[in-house]
Amino acid sequence: MAETFVDEDGGAAGRRRALARALLAEPKVVVGGGFVLFLVAVALFAPWIAPHDPLEQDLMLATLPPAGFAGAEPGYPLGTDGLGRDVLSRLVYGTRIALTVAFVAATLAALFGTVLGLLAGYLGGKVDTVIGRLVDIWMAFPPVLLSILLVAILGSGLHSVIIAIAVIDWTRFCRVVRAETMAQARMDYVTAAVTIGFPRPAILVREILPNVAPVIIALVSLEMGIAIIVEAILSFVGLSVSSDTPTWGGMIAEGRQIVHHGWWVLAAPLAALFAAVLAFNQLGGGLRRALDPVMRR
Amino acid sequence: MITAVLNRLVASAATLLGVAVVVFVLLRIVPGDPIAMMIAPGASPEDVAALRARYGLDTSIPEQFWIWLQGVLSGDFGTSISLRLDVLGLLASRLPATLELAIAALVVAVVLGGAIAVVGTLMGRRTGGALDAANGLLLAVPDFVWALALVLLLGVAWPLFPLTGRIDPSVATDFHTRFYLLESLATGRLAVARDVAAHMVMPTLALALPLAAVIARVLKEALGEAMLQDYVLLARIKGMSETRLVMQEALRNAVGPTLALTGVQFTFLLGGTVIVERIFAYPGIGNMAIDAVINRDLPLIQGLVLLFGLMFILINLAVDLAVAALNPRLRHG
Repeated sequence: MAETFVDEDGGAAGRRRALARALLAEPKVVVGGGFVLFLVAVALFAPWIAPHDPLEQDLMLATLPPAGFAGAEPGYPLGTDGLGRDVLSRLVYGTRIALTVAFVAATLAALFGTVLGLLAGYLGGKVDTVIGRLVDIWMAFPPVLLSILLVAILGSGLHSVIIAIAVIDWTRFCRVVRAETMAQARMDYVTAAVTIGFPRPAILVREILPNVAPVIIALVSLEMGIAIIVEAILSFVGLSVSSDTPTWGGMIAEGRQIVHHGWWVLAAPLAALFAAVLAFNQLGGGLRRALDPVMRR
Repeated sequence: MITAVLNRLVASAATLLGVAVVVFVLLRIVPGDPIAMMIAPGASPEDVAALRARYGLDTSIPEQFWIWLQGVLSGDFGTSISLRLDVLGLLASRLPATLELAIAALVVAVVLGGAIAVVGTLMGRRTGGALDAANGLLLAVPDFVWALALVLLLGVAWPLFPLTGRIDPSVATDFHTRFYLLESLATGRLAVARDVAAHMVMPTLALALPLAAVIARVLKEALGEAMLQDYVLLARIKGMSETRLVMQEALRNAVGPTLALTGVQFTFLLGGTVIVERIFAYPGIGNMAIDAVINRDLPLIQGLVLLFGLMFILINLAVDLAVAALNPRLRHG
């Protein structure tokens, strides 16, 4: 009895090791995931990394160019913005909002979408029709317009941004999870579970969900990239967090206005946004390949 | 076939009604009072009540919806609160700008994406791999980021194109229609057409690049599959050149799946006009939509959302019909 116990435990650990190997063998996971970890570190240690207070204004030092350009000041490697605030420090602190939105909004969207997708795919019939109709209606809105509308209704702020993203993007998860669930529900192992007499909720959660999970995990990573963009768009329009919190989108909005005499105020956050989105994208693509047992073979 | 189309039409109408209901309810729970934003300080309560009645805000929500729906069905979308103009007239005056932009972007995306796919198929594995990697990059980056990168590149670093607006007012203002590009081309005013086109270059590219990447990937996959078919092998044995093989034989059979996807993606592109028009201060319905939301202009927002929904649904319908028409197997199904 004890032996089987040990054996089972060793099996789980072995599976975990095999999974870790598969993940590390995927260059996209290593590169994308590595950059995401770097961003997490920057967000966590922002007060130690940022050379200046991101809110400290000094109009005498306004629109200083980045290091290497004529007129640059030492101590401001990425220059300053129109109010003399250090661009690098604001960029570093902006990582916090970007990642908060990415993790929370993507998780919430995944939760809504997965629950509805599982139900639609497994139960079919009327439930599927109603959820499908809901997805259709949602997809007939331009997402950017809908997010702006929602934030305008909820009032600007981080909470509203997160809620808006979750309320809009659950359809991405719902459609994919529904299709996957329908495919899984036709498999033999589900028929076997039904024959044995497992209750339907147990089959859905313990049999089908683990097999749909790889797709969901990959989608969450992609959704994090999308959430960062949406937050930036909302900040750009002036509807995200209040203007005294540094965000990449807020910096982009200011940079767009003074682009002719302060291009770096736009270029720096845009580069950060670009790199972050690319990293989440690569991570998502890599995870999908590494976690999918069929593709791994 | 006819019943299938009718079913789709009914389903589309139901979706559109759903969109209208959702946006109507959402807007009625807005805490901000649009009337409070437009009254002059010191207005009497009677004035406020009169204004409320004038915009139909003094009845219950279902009643308001019923009145609004009746109006819409008879072509009356109400009056914009912030601009004090007829909503339908406003939509009609701004829609052509967005349509010209979106269709130009679609054309650029199809040409560019098609070119990447065909060249990638002809190049073979090694060099094709580099093209795939570049395409992956294009695929990951959304229109918002492209638009701003273009601002930096083609607006500031190499200021080749104007950064804002649709036309330089000193070039021309005497248009008979709102389709500036089409009209100036049709009447042969090439200098005017060039100015309008120059204003469109950056927003068009920002919208077209992500779509081009999607088209390139799907079309290349379909081309790769088509190139393995027997009829291609036969043509190759008969001595047809690789270029002609791809262009004449494979492309014809690869277009179907690409077309279906392009349609869906075109609705995303149309949604992208909202923020891209904003970045380039381009006077289309997307830019107007952001202003409408910020000003809490309920009638205008409703009109705009309905217009977007209608366009999305029409595009999907058109694509389904086109795919069915192109594929004889689906036509009889």
